[in-house]
Amino acid sequence: MLRKLIVTLFVIFSFILQCSVFSHIAFAGIIPNMMIILTASFGFMRGEKEGLVIGFFCGLLNDIFFGSFLGFYALVLMYIGYLNGKFSRIFYPEDIKLPMALIVTSDLSYGTLCYILLFMLRGKFQFAYYFSHVILPEVLYTVVVTLFLYPLVLKLNEKLEAREKRRAQKYV
Amino acid sequence: MPSKYLLLILTILCTLLMLITFGTDVFNRPLNTVVGYVVVPFQQGIGKLGGWISKRSEELVQIRSLLEENARLKAEVAALTEENIQLQQDKYELNSLRELIDLDEQYGHYNKVGARIIGRDTGNWYSSFVIDKGGDDGLAVDMNVIAEGGLVGRITSVGPNWARVTSIISDNSYVSGMTLSTEDNMMVSGDLQLMADNCISFSQLVDSKNLVVEGDKVVTSNISDKFLPNILIGYISSIEKDANNLTKSGLITPAVDFEHLGEVLVITDLKQSSAG
Repeated sequence: MLRKLIVTLFVIFSFILQCSVFSHIAFAGIIPNMMIILTASFGFMRGEKEGLVIGFFCGLLNDIFFGSFLGFYALVLMYIGYLNGKFSRIFYPEDIKLPMALIVTSDLSYGTLCYILLFMLRGKFQFAYYFSHVILPEVLYTVVVTLFLYPLVLKLNEKLEAREKRRAQKYV
Repeated sequence: MPSKYLLLILTILCTLLMLITFGTDVFNRPLNTVVGYVVVPFQQGIGKLGGWISKRSEELVQIRSLLEENARLKAEVAALTEENIQLQQDKYELNSLRELIDLDEQYGHYNKVGARIIGRDTGNWYSSFVIDKGGDDGLAVDMNVIAEGGLVGRITSVGPNWARVTSIISDNSYVSGMTLSTEDNMMVSGDLQLMADNCISFSQLVDSKNLVVEGDKVVTSNISDKFLPNILIGYISSIEKDANNLTKSGLITPAVDFEHLGEVLVITDLKQSSAG
């Protein structure tokens, strides 16, 4: 219960931060993608189920405010969360390489998917331009934000897991 | 429940949602209401903080350029004062002419509501933002939004205390425009590739007499069904003939500085209702 509440607050807080503060400190008009960081990291930290649920809600929030119709971002982020969950078996909190690689891959595929579904289908075929001016800068910026945000998410998750373990022992 | 089934169920749910909301907006009202009360109050607070931080950092950067600008502006003031006198004379003439032909269609006659921008698009693909007024303040979808005397965009989604504005520089935005001087119609569309240069593109301009030149004013046209007529969009910055030799296309510099937008005005008159 506490986990649900805290994670919900965390997601809403990140979303608000992304659409208000980050747009003021955007480099060259590019905003980092906090939703990807949250979805991917809860995916590989906690498994498929939590990854896909958090991805779904992050996406839905985005859909309501900025999507042209509901469900698009929710679907994309849900699958990203689910696929990241597949890596939870080889995830160790001490290792930063796997999370970084996963977040970069997630953001790259998110950007490419958005390009294909939102732009290529409308006849805009200059992939090289969009890749170098939107997708790649977003990935780089996201990596920088990950360096600060990921330890925070990790710590939050560790605190929650330790608390859940204590409670479970009490009832046994 | 195993995650595989959950994934399947949510996938179907998303697909259904997309299909349903693509044509209608059944879910928009309840969802917009809930989200409006949970998220928007925070956005308003944090938006102010972010604005404060960016203003401070901008101030530091700008001091030097401001000194230079000050000198230049002083020279400009002298020139403008002279021009102003000229313009005032023109204005008297214009006023009398306007009374003469009963031209009643300036934006001064529209009802306007001021609103503050509290959030910007979280993605990097389209350009839209959230303002702090919504259905409770009388706003509705398709209302036009202006700032600094130029067209910003139109409202595409409304909650009780917030509304989303899709700007005309967004890649999915199309506005029917016309040149003020010759009243030739054209299609003005936003483009992500041009967004970095603060430009928008226009196409399908029929100008057989070659009267349209760079620097011409472009306003919203009479035939648009979403935009009120004669709102300034921008100035033509380049123009060239299309391969078909019939139409022309090119670039427009918008009248509004989209990067430094803080407050906007929403025109609460709708094109559809004001026409009827």
